[in-house]
Formats: sequence, C-alpha cells, structure tokens
Amino acid sequence: MENKKAIVTGGNRGIGKGIVLSLLEQGYFVLATSRDSTKFDVSHPNLKLANLDVCDHASVADFQKIVNDYDPDILINNAGVTKDNLFLRMTEDDWDEVIDTNLNSVFRMTKLVVKGMLKKKWGRIINISSISGSMGNPGQTNYSASKAGVDAFSRSLAKELGSRNITVNSIAPGFIQTDMTDGLIHEEITKKIPLQRVGNVEDIASLVNFLVSEESNYITGQTLVVDGGLFMK
Amino acid sequence: MSEVLDKVVEIVCNQLTVNKEDVTPDSSFVEDLGADSLDTVELVMAFEEEFGLEIPDDEAENITTIKSAVDWIEKNS
Repeated sequence: MENKKAIVTGGNRGIGKGIVLSLLEQGYFVLATSRDSTKFDVSHPNLKLANLDVCDHASVADFQKIVNDYDPDILINNAGVTKDNLFLRMTEDDWDEVIDTNLNSVFRMTKLVVKGMLKKKWGRIINISSISGSMGNPGQTNYSASKAGVDAFSRSLAKELGSRNITVNSIAPGFIQTDMTDGLIHEEITKKIPLQRVGNVEDIASLVNFLVSEESNYITGQTLVVDGGLFMK
Repeated sequence: MSEVLDKVVEIVCNQLTVNKEDVTPDSSFVEDLGADSLDTVELVMAFEEEFGLEIPDDEAENITTIKSAVDWIEKNS
C-alpha cells in the first residue's frame, strides 16, 4: 500500500485517538491535532502532532502552511464538544460554542485540504457526526443541530467533489465509551441497544479504516451509523 | 503569441482535455470548452500556481475566457 497521509482533528483522546492509533497500525501517516498536543501520550514514527484550536480562526488560517507541506490525502474532522442542557436552560454561549466547534470548524478545516485533493484527484473527507443529529436527544438541541449540519455538509460537498474522486462521508456513532459519554452510559441505555452493549472506539475506527481505503471507492455523501442498532431509520 | 497566452492555452487544454486547435482567445471555458463550475475553479488554481499569483475570488469570477485570463495575468504580474 502506498502510505497515504491523514489529518485527524481532536486526535488526542476518545474516538479521535482510536482513529489515530488504528490508522497508524494500518500504515498511514497521521498528523493529529488537538488543543494541547503535550497531553498526547502516543509516539510513533509516522505520527506528527500539532497544536490547533479548531475554533480559533487565526490559528486555523496559519495551519494552512502546515497542511500544504503535509499534503494530506485524508481529513478526519473529529474534534467536537458537548454542552448539554435542557433547551430552556441553554444559554446562547452554550449554543454558539457547540455549533462553532462541531460545525463551523468542519467548514474551516475542510477549506484547508480540498485544493490539494483536487490536484491529486483523490481524497477522503470523513466527518464524525452522531446519531443525535438524526434521532434527536433531550438536552442536546445544540449538539444535535451541529451534527445534523455536519451530515448535510457531507452530502452537499460529496456532490460538489464527486467528479474529482473525492468522497465525503459522515460517521454517526451511537453511545461509545469515551470521556464525552462518561456519566451518560447506564444500564437503561444498554438495554435499548439491540447489540446489548455500548460501543468502543475501535468500532468507529474500523469503519474509518474502510472509508479511507480504496475498498470504499463507490460510497459518498452518506451518514453511516455505528450504534449497535440503537437508531434504525 | 505572447508567452502568457501560450501557457494559458496549454493549461486550459490540459485541464479541460481539449485540442489546441479548438481554442481561440475568445473561447469561453464554460460555453465553448465544456468546463463545469469546478473546472473553472481548478483553472484559476492552475493559473495561480503557474504564474505564482494569487487571484482574489471576486476577480476570479470574471476570468471566464482565455483572453480574460491572459489580460488579468499580464496586468498583475
């Protein structure tokens, strides 16, 4: 396999870290970004780290130079946050922060890589979404709106870039055991999942491996749900 | 033929897979040479790279023919 290069945002923990480790294992080069890369406890000859706050316009603009030098084939927009609250108690700041981190950052980051992918006439953009964006979740009006936005972004961009062999897909995880879902996962939820367990980051990473590979050549504009069967359309 | 014109024609022919003989200064990328909207964006990227220029988006929109590309590049390089 030729060693393709991937950028993973929010790669230092949770699902992002699982994706980084799994891509490295598959032989990919990975540039992992996070707000504080000193907290990154993984080292690997094919792994580069970069400090990046995806909400900071100036830092993202400066990051263009690093992206150009790195010349990525793959972008995984994974960075995301939750700021859950009942709608009546949610502040506009909570709303803005989540929309900016989860949705606007996808616009910003994707801008950095598309020109390079057009030149190669090959590219893979994978946005980590959530089933919350399709099925809704109380306390997550901000989060689910941001993730539904990401899914819609993937569809439109997939149509724009399809003729250039660049695919754009969303992965919508259900309940995955990470820091983000700590405290959310309890027995009641597990009972509602047909596969009777919460997911782990490897469940997401294995789909990423498939979507970045040539095996997925004919799949674009989709939101692929990985949730043990919790949400069925 | 100016050097710029030569290069622009070469880039356009490569990008849009058309023959040099079918291209005139007045050829419109979209109407005469079959470019789609993404092709026009890619053409501008190719001009920028070849001539070491940065073409602002609002001006790039007006670069729709061979001649308009050559004029802009000659004026700005």
